[in-house]
Amino acid sequence: MNWTRKDLIAIEDLQPEEIVHVLDTALTFEEVGQRDVKKVPALRGKTQVNLFIEPSTRTRTSFELAAHRLSADVVNITPTASSITKGETLKDTALNLQALHADIIVIRHSSAGAAKFLADRLNVSVINAGDGAHEHPTQALLDAFTIRQKKGRIAGLNVTILGDILYSRVARSNIHLLTKLGARVTLAGPSTLVPRVFEQLGCRVCYDIEEAIADADVINLLRIQHERQRQTMFPSIGEYAAIFGLTKERFARTKPDALIMHPGPINRGVEIDSDLADCKRSVILQQVSHGLAVRMAVLYLCAGAQPAEEAA
Amino acid sequence: MNNLTIRGGRVIDPANQVDAVRDVFVRDGKIAAEPVADAPVVEAKGLVVTPGLIDLHVHLREPGRGDKETIETGTRCAAFGGFTSVVCMPNTSPAADNTGTIAFIKQRAAAVGCVNVLPAGAITKNLEGTELAPIGSLKRAGVVAITDDGRCVQNNEIMRRALEYAKMFELPLMDHCQDNNLVSDGVMHEGYWSHLLGMKGWPSIGEEIIVARNIMLAELTDWHVHCQHLSSAGSVRLVREAKKRGVKISAEACPHHFTLTDKSCKGYDTNFKMSPPLREPRDVEAILEGLADGTIEVICSDHAPHCAFEKEVEFDKAPFGILGLETELALSLMALVHKKLLTLPQLIGKFTTGPARLLRLNKGTLSVGADADITVMDPAREWVYDVNQTSSKSRNTPFHGWQLKGKAVTTIVGGRVVWPVQRACVG
Repeated sequence: MNWTRKDLIAIEDLQPEEIVHVLDTALTFEEVGQRDVKKVPALRGKTQVNLFIEPSTRTRTSFELAAHRLSADVVNITPTASSITKGETLKDTALNLQALHADIIVIRHSSAGAAKFLADRLNVSVINAGDGAHEHPTQALLDAFTIRQKKGRIAGLNVTILGDILYSRVARSNIHLLTKLGARVTLAGPSTLVPRVFEQLGCRVCYDIEEAIADADVINLLRIQHERQRQTMFPSIGEYAAIFGLTKERFARTKPDALIMHPGPINRGVEIDSDLADCKRSVILQQVSHGLAVRMAVLYLCAGAQPAEEAA
Repeated sequence: MNNLTIRGGRVIDPANQVDAVRDVFVRDGKIAAEPVADAPVVEAKGLVVTPGLIDLHVHLREPGRGDKETIETGTRCAAFGGFTSVVCMPNTSPAADNTGTIAFIKQRAAAVGCVNVLPAGAITKNLEGTELAPIGSLKRAGVVAITDDGRCVQNNEIMRRALEYAKMFELPLMDHCQDNNLVSDGVMHEGYWSHLLGMKGWPSIGEEIIVARNIMLAELTDWHVHCQHLSSAGSVRLVREAKKRGVKISAEACPHHFTLTDKSCKGYDTNFKMSPPLREPRDVEAILEGLADGTIEVICSDHAPHCAFEKEVEFDKAPFGILGLETELALSLMALVHKKLLTLPQLIGKFTTGPARLLRLNKGTLSVGADADITVMDPAREWVYDVNQTSSKSRNTPFHGWQLKGKAVTTIVGGRVVWPVQRACVG
């Protein structure tokens, strides 16, 4: 497989074999993380800018560590530190970063299309770390990496994504990735947050949580995104927890080997019972670890010059 | 002075049910019955001669945003596009909610405008939807209609009183139909593509519910509401049904709404962002049907210039709107006449008798004695739209590089050739 992309903007753009190639590459980087010296020189001399116009801890830290482990130099730009709060346009911010000879820009932005906007205008590698409600490709890749590691495959599995689908970039990237690799995707949650139009993306839409998770091999829970909500999408967090929360009783009726996943941050007692988040079948923290390997793979493939074998 | 003979063209004058090869004569800026000796000749053999086209929905941005467009540059776009009269929207800065701003617009138009500029006044003060603007004084200052275009009066009581009051002055009311609660911060049509792209939806119902409201208020007050830029199939159906009952309701459509769909937003190109938004193929079909069966009697551009730096941003942060005056005629000819949904005279009616009747203008006709506003066009001329050649100060068009068919060849205002420009200078 010959990787030719300088940018990673959307899973929708990728061919199935490209997805598999990222996952395979991540496998080699996972091994790096278990060494005493957790560092390879793959991106030595390269400069990575984490342009996070929207707050993020987990994803930014993960990208930062991934860059360090690849020996890149990293600069973080946070929402308050960015000139965008002083009225600078995204285009000007980006051109300034390019003028400073950044090699990689990892962008998190509240507007859908922001990563593509940069990629269309810059010569540097642009990695989408989440653009509005559009896509969060590295999250879907690390979810797939986790599923593949736990289940040995993705094709043929039943994956249920539960929660706020409408405003979720994680859901969109997961839907594209899972359907491309042959999984069956069920979406569930309040009808206002899970419109039927998602059936046109090849998903099953279900408003009964018990039915939605009955045959699931993987249950991927999404946080309710208060910050993106219009006011009237459901009555209250309490009602959401009562009707759609993953409780112990509900989970007890699923397949015995069903996995619980969550991209974080989790809201204990809302979308998931607190004990379930910590139970053996929850792989939430492993997802975080895998995120590092997957992001190393993505950075390496998009910005590194050498073939994969030399890196690890 | 301002005498002309337009010779040998196919004259289409829907107001007089004329469609015949003949000469048109101009004496002192008015249409005349007889030729004037030694009048300059505009050769129109093989071309179509129509009353000057009227666009009742443009944004000239003056006063206040001369960096986007001015009365001078906007009217040059109009002349290029074959339009001899434009109705400019009141969402200027300051808003055209006062007689001083109207006087300023008329003064600038007289000084630098190359086509007729007919100002629309605001319905409410500063377009805020809370207090009525001085509608009677605006009428006296010369507005041809009132509208809060760009915004929509949300308060039904205020809308009702505006209609009752405007009726006294026989001023038509034009409404940008948009329910702010339903539309909220939507940036593109709510449907498959908005969900795929992760962008907030501007749903069809956000327009339709206001069209329905306007129909009910038009019926109650027995006064005219003109629904601006219909974009959805449901809106077309509502207007069609209301017209059958004789309600004083009318509607307009813009070329982008009957030539493009929401799929165009796929690349996050903000030149496809306008309000109301591009919708689905079935909506495009419905608008074409509405134009064909007379439900929609006016075609307009909603010419909405924005600076490049304003448009070259994230999709959800960009202002709504695109240029339209220069491409409007060609796109309409292509979508309607060349595809045989409308005859050429029917299409010309959408640009002449349609708006003239609505605004009670003594224009849109080649009757003897009328203002000699005349458009000479070649409906079959093929050309490529190059926005870098535009007269506009802005460049925000989705039609750059399009192969078009149909072009205004000569635009005449009050007997003076204003397009092509070279001839305007000597005329």
